[in-house]
Amino acid sequence: MHGISFDIAHMLAGFLVLASFSMLYQVRLYALLNVLALHAFVLALSVAWQAHIQDAPHLYITALIALGFKAILIPWALRKIVFRLGIHREIEAVGGIGPTMLAGMALVALSLEVMLPVTALADPVAREDIALALSVVLIGLLTMVTRRNAVSQVVGFLSLENGIILAAAGARGMPLVVEISVAFSVLVACIVVGIFLFRIRERFDSVDVGVMDTFRGGQG
Amino acid sequence: MTPDPVSGVLWVPPIAAALLAAIPAYRVSAIVNVVASGIALMFALLLPLADRPGAGHLLFVDDLNVVFIVLNSFVGFTASIFSASYIEHELETGRLAPMQVRYYHAMFQLMLFGMNLALTANNIGLMWVAVELATLATVTIVGLYRTHQALEAAWKYFILGSVGIALALFGTILVYLAARPSVGEGMDAMVWTTLVAHAKDFDPSLLNIAFVFLLLGYGTKVGLAPLHAWLPDAHAEGPTPISAVLSGLLLNVALYALLRFKILLTGNSHAIAPGPLMMGLGLLSLLFAAFMLYRRRDIKRMFAYSSIEHMGIVVFAFGMAGPLGNFAGLMQMTMHSLTKSAIFFAVGHLTQVKRTQWMPEIGGVTESHPLLGWGLVAGVVAIVGLPPFGVFMSEFLVVSSALARDPILAGVLMLGLLLSLGALLLRVTDVAFGPVKGPAGPVKAAYLPLFAHLALVAMAGIWLPPPIVAWFQHVARTLG
Repeated sequence: MHGISFDIAHMLAGFLVLASFSMLYQVRLYALLNVLALHAFVLALSVAWQAHIQDAPHLYITALIALGFKAILIPWALRKIVFRLGIHREIEAVGGIGPTMLAGMALVALSLEVMLPVTALADPVAREDIALALSVVLIGLLTMVTRRNAVSQVVGFLSLENGIILAAAGARGMPLVVEISVAFSVLVACIVVGIFLFRIRERFDSVDVGVMDTFRGGQG
Repeated sequence: MTPDPVSGVLWVPPIAAALLAAIPAYRVSAIVNVVASGIALMFALLLPLADRPGAGHLLFVDDLNVVFIVLNSFVGFTASIFSASYIEHELETGRLAPMQVRYYHAMFQLMLFGMNLALTANNIGLMWVAVELATLATVTIVGLYRTHQALEAAWKYFILGSVGIALALFGTILVYLAARPSVGEGMDAMVWTTLVAHAKDFDPSLLNIAFVFLLLGYGTKVGLAPLHAWLPDAHAEGPTPISAVLSGLLLNVALYALLRFKILLTGNSHAIAPGPLMMGLGLLSLLFAAFMLYRRRDIKRMFAYSSIEHMGIVVFAFGMAGPLGNFAGLMQMTMHSLTKSAIFFAVGHLTQVKRTQWMPEIGGVTESHPLLGWGLVAGVVAIVGLPPFGVFMSEFLVVSSALARDPILAGVLMLGLLLSLGALLLRVTDVAFGPVKGPAGPVKAAYLPLFAHLALVAMAGIWLPPPIVAWFQHVARTLG
């Protein structure tokens, strides 16, 4: 019965992985933020689809949070911050796009290799969703590692978190998903406010975290 | 009608947090902070005696978490006394503004609430949310001073802590997936008591992967090497009461989460044994921290590395498991919490009077400030595991149970212990004895928390009350 609904669920999850990949090679911050908005939008669609096929109305709330908060509000706020900090023209050295993409592919292969056999007993939707979600999580980590700018590290973290929400939505009948996505949103809001409040620009004259390291009082 | 201690422990901190956020006068708020922590401690002390309500979907109390809650509330209470005099000094010297102090006090209680909620949670989802709450509260306090270093420390803690927490959530989802076939959909598959009862039917391979994520996620918060990078910065740059609370409490809460999941894995005979993984990470942390101790010049950073070392020992002990290993782990954890927070109490006042955390600029404190100086010396003698203090006994237990298991492990363990003993004694002799360096003005210190902790640790080394021993032995058996 579920042929087409499975396919759509997998397609959306696949899109999310694709969006993660395109995050890896963005060198301009505005472009990166656009991809982030797209990423969250695909997540919202994906969660809404899960809500539909699982007949779980509470997941629509999670989808709405993803849409309103992560696809619109956060990218908008980050855009403001980037503009305010005057780093919107900067081009970020991501350090070898080729190797990074290869590493990303290796991570996807790894997560499929690890997750598919062990979730053999779980239902097929969850099974592949979890594997793809793990890929999104790992690529998010990779994005964080390859970036040196505080804003783009946050973007990497947000994509990582989207992957986890995808996994939570894919786990049929999992309670507390809404609460968890709210808790995550609070965390993210704090991080974004944090960039602003901590006035990293003012304090360090740069949002390059590599520069921050030098302030550590002689490594004592 | 007697008040229910569980709701007492859970309701006092958030109410106090709301109250403290509303009180502008810092003297009043410092007193409210102490009183609230004191009331929470009273409720916590009632816990072992009171009738336990049945385990619900969200909360429960058992013999294991009672130990953590009592310890948490006690250190939270003494830290609030220390904090009152510490904060007063910071206000006088102008390092903190009254508004920041108001914020600090509210966050202090919010953090205690997060930890108590995590400890009483009977639900892996709720526990995760609570650990996140406690983390967020501490992050904001770590950045309180708004210096370059404090902001960097807070940012690092923020990012690493968030990634750790995200990985832990992924592990939590996997545990739910593993549980669902045998427990059924919905809330039941996230409730500890149900999970443990059905653990033997779970899909072992899914459980294995889940544990790896949980170990990495919560392990980041425990401060295990190589995931410890946030810990020294957060300890060194935040206000000292928070360093004491981080070392004494927050690391324990993350450890508690790990222990719960370990019980789950032990309950499934087909899953990997979590013990060797924990022992490996524990030994790695111990050795790593022992070597790192030699290069430290910042006194708070040094004791932060010592916390990594001790959490390594504790995780190693719990990894060995068995009644003796678990007993040793529990003892070591308790002793470390008490001793390390005592050390931070002394260090906090010393750095205030010397106006630096840089050890080469501090000297002869036993001469200039005898009580604080000797308190610090006693704390360090205790933490490196010399008799007659309780840490000696617990480390002796860890070493002897390691010896019973494998002499090579015991050898590595001894090496780490001796290395860190050498490093800490070496550094502290320079600080405590010799010519007086730095300002030697009078200090308004809170001696009660410092010496109460030291007295407890000394007493534990000489004579442990039989009820406590019986309780710990019982808990050690249930940990498997």
